Amino acid sequence: MAAISREEVAHLARLSRLAVTEQELDTFAGQLDVILQSVARVGEVAAADIPPTSHSVPLTNVFRDDVVVPGLSQEAALSGAPDAEDGRFRVPRILDEEA
Amino acid sequence: MSDLTKLTAAELAATIASGDVSAVEVAQAHLDRIAAVDERVHAFLHVDTEGALAAARDVDARRANGEELGPLAGVPVAVKDVLATKGVPTTAASKILQGWRPPYDATIVERLRAAGTVMLGKTNMDEFAMGSSTEYSAYGPTNNPWDLGRIPGGSGGGSAAAIAAYEAPLAIGTDTGGSIRQPGAVTGTVGAKPTYGGTSRYGLIAFSSSLDTPGPCARTVHDAALLHSVIAGHDPRDSTSIPQPVPDVVAAARLGATGDLTGVRIGLVTEFNGEGAEPGVMAAYRDSIEALTKLGAEVVEISCPHFQYALPAYYLIAPSECSSNLARFDGVRFGLRTGDDGKHSLEEVMSLTREAGFGPEVKRRIILGTYALSSGYYDAYYGQAQKVRTLITRDFTTAFEQVDVLVSPTTPFVAFPFGSRTGDPYQMYLADLFTIPTNLYGGPAISVPCGLSEGLPVGLQIMAPTMADDRMYRVAAALESTVGVLTPPAL
Repeated sequence: MAAISREEVAHLARLSRLAVTEQELDTFAGQLDVILQSVARVGEVAAADIPPTSHSVPLTNVFRDDVVVPGLSQEAALSGAPDAEDGRFRVPRILDEEA
Repeated sequence: MSDLTKLTAAELAATIASGDVSAVEVAQAHLDRIAAVDERVHAFLHVDTEGALAAARDVDARRANGEELGPLAGVPVAVKDVLATKGVPTTAASKILQGWRPPYDATIVERLRAAGTVMLGKTNMDEFAMGSSTEYSAYGPTNNPWDLGRIPGGSGGGSAAAIAAYEAPLAIGTDTGGSIRQPGAVTGTVGAKPTYGGTSRYGLIAFSSSLDTPGPCARTVHDAALLHSVIAGHDPRDSTSIPQPVPDVVAAARLGATGDLTGVRIGLVTEFNGEGAEPGVMAAYRDSIEALTKLGAEVVEISCPHFQYALPAYYLIAPSECSSNLARFDGVRFGLRTGDDGKHSLEEVMSLTREAGFGPEVKRRIILGTYALSSGYYDAYYGQAQKVRTLITRDFTTAFEQVDVLVSPTTPFVAFPFGSRTGDPYQMYLADLFTIPTNLYGGPAISVPCGLSEGLPVGLQIMAPTMADDRMYRVAAALESTVGVLTPPAL
């Protein structure tokens, strides 16, 4: 039985905010199935008493004095945006007129 | 080809410092070389002619004013297109960032500018650094200067090819699962992955944050060490940057170049016994072990039993982190936006933008990562992979109690023809079989040319303990002193 179905790929794509074509669904389902079967080997060795490592460097919070330093100007921050209005990022409407 | 483009970075720096040649002449020679060959190689996505000449003029002016400049002042460098460069197009080889000009420099780029190096432009790569062949660039592949019908490795194929084609003496790459070392091996150049946290990730477009490591590409070990010493060091803007002094890698490379490895213990990874590797690659590997032994090194076999699980662990961890990191590309703040015609919702615009902007390998990894992180599968996949990471780290720790460095082939096979592995993603992933363990551990590793197989370059990988980057440079330089620098056929 396939580890990952076409429908699951479609669901995962929706969760990822990724529109996919019908052809991509077929391709990805087959390829992801092969990949998942190969990577499932990680379950062979990792026993319950092994602590996970998320990072090779110990992570610590980085603090600094609360001093105002120069940052990007509003113009610079918006310079790469696909659309801007009144000094803000403009995005498509998210609410209906009636809402 | 101008003689200037044949010089190493160290030679160029010395020639510029002596006043025999100007930084502008050096920059122009490399820009001319790019103009002559890059249509065939396609190492660059963007050539910054004006910026390069302006930087070179600045170096010449400062030198004329009697300023003391750094060891690489006036030397050209190419930068992988995944690092932010202020005002210079930065795309990560993706359509979703087409035309984006960052409003700031990455820390690595800042340091390159401060050192007086001359940035020639941005190099081609697999989209968002996801790939092992530079076939997944949205702007077309880079061709290997040794054989234009073959891949230059990935994801930093552009940086390695630029070096091999004499378009630049130095380049910057990034290594998440081997993306500096693997292209170095298949193009006959030197590629080093520093200790994770030894080089800053600030301004690097993130793929897998716990693994990504910027590092140097060059034609000689000494040049790689010079570039390493310029870019490495603590950066308070990167919370994973290690606040420790950088080992003296340049001195280590010079020591290695004397060809004496007396007292150095080298471990051969028993599990990398040749399974899945081409016979020609293994023959060159065995020859290089013999050469290292003749230089005085003691060679012993070391078992790292969990290395065989590194590839599966990596292909769960990296896509998981990428699925999160790439969420920021949603058509709001950067580059492309598709479907904003008043008929689609914000969510639909995001989905359509990402569909149009991402290529197949990126989509595949986002979906795989979303799966591995999803409820019900997290413990079985991502959680288990993180435990494997612990086991691999223990293997390295145990090994480095017995030896100074570990060695292996860098890649299982030489540069393969275009298209021969794109149909089967897992076959492509095998290209990084030998390089991935060290990314999961976080230690440094370098690939240095060790010979030819079927007329194509083979690399030797040298792995060292965390923050002992100098050890690998010493051994690499010693091998280079016997093997020599490989020269590709004329383009």
